Amino acid sequence: MAETPPVIESLPLPKDGRTSHAPSAMPAATTATALAAHPSQRPAWQAWLGTLHEHPLLRPVLALVILLLVDLVFLPDFWQVQIRDGHLYGPLIDILNRAAPLMLASLGMSLVIATRGIDVSVGAVVAMSATVAALMVNAGQPLLVAYLAALGVAVLCGAWNGVLVAGLKLQPIIATLILMVAGRGLAQLMADGQIITVYQSSFFVLGSGYLLGLPVSLWVVLAVALATTQLLRRTALGLFIQAVGLNPVASRLAGLRTATLIFGCYVFAGVCAGAAGLMIASNIKSADANNAGLLLELDAILAVTLGGASLAGGKYHLAGSLVGALIIQTLTTTIYSLGVPPEVNMVVKALVVFLLCILQSSEWRAMLRRWRQRPAAPRGDRS
Amino acid sequence: MRHNGSAPVLVLEGIHKGFPGVQALTGAGLRLFSGEIHALMGQNGAGKSTLIKVVTGLYPPDAGSISLHGGPIEPRSTAQAQDLGISTVYQEVNLCPNLSVAENLFIGRYPKRLGQIDWKRMRARSRELLAELELDIDVEAPLARYSLAVQQMVAIARALNISAQVLILDEPTSSLDEAAVQHLFRVMRRLRDQGMAILFVTHFLDQVYAVSDRITVMRNGRTEGEYWAAELGRLELVQKMVGPHAAQGQASGDHCSSNGTTVLRTQGLARRGALHPMDMDIRSGEVLGLCGLLGSGRTETARLLFGADAADAGDIEVNGRRHRFSSPRQAIAAGLAFCSEDRKLEGAILALSVRENIVLALQARQGWWRAIPLKRQRAIAEDYVRRLGIKTPDINTPIGLLSGGNQQKALLARWLLTQPRLLILDEPTRGIDVRAKEEIMTEVRRLCAEGAEQDRRMAVLFISSELPEVLRCSDRLMVLRDRRACGVYERGELNEDTVLEAIAGDGGDPTRD
Amino acid sequence: MSASFPSPASPATPSPGDGATRRSLRPVPNPAPSPSPMPSSSSAAVDAGAASRTPSGNRPALLLRWLHHPAFSAQMTVVLLLVLLAAGGLRYDGFAAPQVLLNLLIDNAYLLVLAVGMSLVILSGGIDLSVGAVLALSTTVAAWLLQQAHWPAPAVMAAVLVGGSLFGVLQGALIHVFRLQPFIVTLAGMFLARGLCYLISVDSITISDETFVHISQMQIPLPGGFVSPGAVIAVGLLAVGIWIAHRSGFGRAVYALGGNESSALMMGLPVGRTKLMVYGFSGFCASLAGLLFGFYMLSGYGLHAQGAELDAIAAVVIGGTMLSGGYGYMAGALSGVLVLGTIQTLIAFDGTLSSWWTKIVIGALLFVFCVVQRLLSRPLAGAGAAQ
Repeated sequence: MAETPPVIESLPLPKDGRTSHAPSAMPAATTATALAAHPSQRPAWQAWLGTLHEHPLLRPVLALVILLLVDLVFLPDFWQVQIRDGHLYGPLIDILNRAAPLMLASLGMSLVIATRGIDVSVGAVVAMSATVAALMVNAGQPLLVAYLAALGVAVLCGAWNGVLVAGLKLQPIIATLILMVAGRGLAQLMADGQIITVYQSSFFVLGSGYLLGLPVSLWVVLAVALATTQLLRRTALGLFIQAVGLNPVASRLAGLRTATLIFGCYVFAGVCAGAAGLMIASNIKSADANNAGLLLELDAILAVTLGGASLAGGKYHLAGSLVGALIIQTLTTTIYSLGVPPEVNMVVKALVVFLLCILQSSEWRAMLRRWRQRPAAPRGDRS
Repeated sequence: MRHNGSAPVLVLEGIHKGFPGVQALTGAGLRLFSGEIHALMGQNGAGKSTLIKVVTGLYPPDAGSISLHGGPIEPRSTAQAQDLGISTVYQEVNLCPNLSVAENLFIGRYPKRLGQIDWKRMRARSRELLAELELDIDVEAPLARYSLAVQQMVAIARALNISAQVLILDEPTSSLDEAAVQHLFRVMRRLRDQGMAILFVTHFLDQVYAVSDRITVMRNGRTEGEYWAAELGRLELVQKMVGPHAAQGQASGDHCSSNGTTVLRTQGLARRGALHPMDMDIRSGEVLGLCGLLGSGRTETARLLFGADAADAGDIEVNGRRHRFSSPRQAIAAGLAFCSEDRKLEGAILALSVRENIVLALQARQGWWRAIPLKRQRAIAEDYVRRLGIKTPDINTPIGLLSGGNQQKALLARWLLTQPRLLILDEPTRGIDVRAKEEIMTEVRRLCAEGAEQDRRMAVLFISSELPEVLRCSDRLMVLRDRRACGVYERGELNEDTVLEAIAGDGGDPTRD
Repeated sequence: MSASFPSPASPATPSPGDGATRRSLRPVPNPAPSPSPMPSSSSAAVDAGAASRTPSGNRPALLLRWLHHPAFSAQMTVVLLLVLLAAGGLRYDGFAAPQVLLNLLIDNAYLLVLAVGMSLVILSGGIDLSVGAVLALSTTVAAWLLQQAHWPAPAVMAAVLVGGSLFGVLQGALIHVFRLQPFIVTLAGMFLARGLCYLISVDSITISDETFVHISQMQIPLPGGFVSPGAVIAVGLLAVGIWIAHRSGFGRAVYALGGNESSALMMGLPVGRTKLMVYGFSGFCASLAGLLFGFYMLSGYGLHAQGAELDAIAAVVIGGTMLSGGYGYMAGALSGVLVLGTIQTLIAFDGTLSSWWTKIVIGALLFVFCVVQRLLSRPLAGAGAAQ
């Protein structure tokens, strides 16, 4: 989302395409051998391609497009969109609708991961917020009150995580693990283990309704995503969050309130999870404390990673995370439509996570470099 | 270089070691004989720690040779170096604090009986080993319970147990009190008398003369020379460490008189383990230099003033208002700015652009809601790029791609942008080429001089280990030694020899204010 | 002003009037509030700061030292367990019957096995979120091999154990070679294992093999009642685990790794091999737990043991092992599992509380122990060694 070039972990590594910047202003001795290493002139279109190659959204979008093309080839009706009952209808629309909760959760997870943290309590928060909303609606409360209560609970959960991580300085995985264990129990307690069915039709709008032909949930996600991006860009929050994630020590010395920022990110993640819970409950027209949001946190982490962000923190890619969520949902739907057992989904997800983590790791890059430099002619610089 | 006739145990010759962007060692050398305590001295960036890492196998040298007992060796890991007989005890000890003392002594080489660890024998043997070092402690207690002094002894005992022939002690006394230091020296002398070759890296002059037989001085990646401790005077030693005399009397441009109002004053500023109580006052429009050897407490002082570390005692008065800073944010709000010594870790956020790094502090002070518009950010960044001569392809280039000098300039821009009353510069010119150094210092002095009213001008606390530079740029100079202030000199008294003496400690300067 | 050069023979006591006396500059690392006594001139015993022979009557220091000792957390767990048992015995009839306690072991045998493996992983500074899934995978594979491939029971058991260990070793290899974070690797491993379960069979496979059924029904008599073979195996594994942790080089290397990985490396410990073995052991325990679970439930199913890894982690943490690694006791696995089991039993005995309370109470306990460990660990971590 930022207008600057993509992530550079610590010292930049030699990469092709870096010389697209004006070479004349190069300092004589730089810490990056890359800038001094390639004197070749390249045609303009190659330079443009190089910049595109670096764009953070390229890979996720490419992956999504490939998936959709696979669908097109193997499932003739996949891309078919009809108009039915006054709204768009088809597998693609279905994907958008089902992916919406995951997209919301990934937004929250993006910011948490950007601060070098993690939040595995997302599923539990989903369960809690869905249960609270369903119970209140069934008790006769107006929809708005129920929604506010559910989101209020979600905010409290996020604040709890935030206090543990930013205040008590617990490791994020452990801090959020506590809520992951206890939260679902709380939800089950509230629901008494039952699935709470909701009959009030206004409850269904969020997850199953349509506005201007497209699912309401999609509009909500777009609105939240838009609001978040604008907030992060128009204010200094985006800069601050990235700074804290990239270098918390330097950020503190520069005068940033690192603890407050981290706390805020966890609260935001909580709200996103709460809203996702409302969507899920609305979509299945009930609140299932046992299963709602089960393993959603893992999907959210995967979506953020697919979107191009590193688990080590720093730069976030909100659009990438949204695309990542779409990829996951498309994958699920594709597998289902192809008649492959849905459990394959889990295996595929696992393998994708492994692959991504390996590719992102600096060890891998070091291995690649060593491998690349072996057959190449000896250069002047040494690694 | 004569010795008692025997051949050296360890010889390093012509060691070159470079990293991307910096050449750490250029033809450094060292000779170590058995039965001696040999001090290795040098300032920050002189190459001491790199040389040690080469000897202990952490870095392979680019060129040069290492030989042990005459035979060439190429240690490629600490374990290998250990097996060869070269053991190192680092300042941070490198033991496992959660394990017991006995275990730390025997990790990796447990006495075993019937396939399982023989704790009884381990305990007994540990007590024996420690007794040789005059240590009588509960060997079953976790190591973390003991002070650093004891932990160092344990580390030394471990090294001895692995039958080291060369013992390298890297800054062992930095956190020890007098009693522990004496104990360590006794142990070192006893080991020396038993024939061990000991390399003792330190920056405390007193200790060097107290315990070492010979001294090797390094500067700028080279070996300045090898001397007998008894034949090298303190002043001479410091001169060799610090470098040739600066061209004296060089006009340093604008020099303000130091009679502006006091911008910052502190009395009794102290922190346990970092700084003895110190008084300081800095006046508007002046450059107060802070110098002293490595470890004398310069950065600690800066961090205390800026609120990066919490002080145990002493308030800070800025423009007449008393403060006790518990975070940098408070200090910045009061008008301070701090350009840290460690650019990479504490200053630059490498993946963010030059523009973002420059506006960061100002933006932090303004708060998250009132963002500086992008257009204005660009204007600011371009302005500073021009003013300070920052060489960058574009203001949106990640700052990590810039050279050290340009990164430093960008960080300076960050702090200048906040228009501080007091700017603390900690080693701003370290690792920067000469031209960039000049540009930075000129700009800093210019900023001190500008401003219609004397009382509104920026003050600078300029910390540096390069004496000539500090002398040239400062209006007043404060000398630190061993974590306390030991003298303040006015402009007229600034004379390299006097200052060197104060740093070296010869003759003893009475603490002045 | 500078200290005069001390000659080697002179004692270390500084004279009181000397203004140049250097005060102790290091921050006091150990909790003992009394200032370090200036040593006498005897060169025999120098012990800067640490009171090895505790000065008698220095009670606050003793108390603080006990608080900060790693065993404190583990001791508290045992106390908690006794309190819970006592409360249960007082409140509910029949609670104090020995068979109730033995049932604790029988029902939680698989969890004890998981906790033993998890203890070792957490002690090494890592975490293994895949154990529940590997357990389920083991039951599924075993069931399939028995029922569909008609393998003999011993072969099945061997295959399952080897497979589980291999799974763990592979995870350990990824963690070590690519320096990936353990939680993400084992999280993906969990996905993978569960997915593989469903690939083998979506539905539950009932085990009707004779050996398994026989073991399932076996009751080993003990004074006071009986236990299942599973419980015996679990306690046996615990004994092995305790031996490993305290008597083997591998176990001590695990502790060293958890204490300070870079130091362990510098001391020449085989860090890579240790990590692979640790995760391999955890995988072995997970598959062994799967076998025990299979004896217990006589079925293989992908939905078995959902959330078991969290229970195992909770048991280990409550048992006194710190999640940051390096501190803790293997025996804590037993006390932690018993605490969890007792809570569950108490809630079941109560009858009025729904079983959801178990999760909430476990979460709360986990929170308390984590926070207490965190607060108490600061002085320990700050003592001496810089990082």
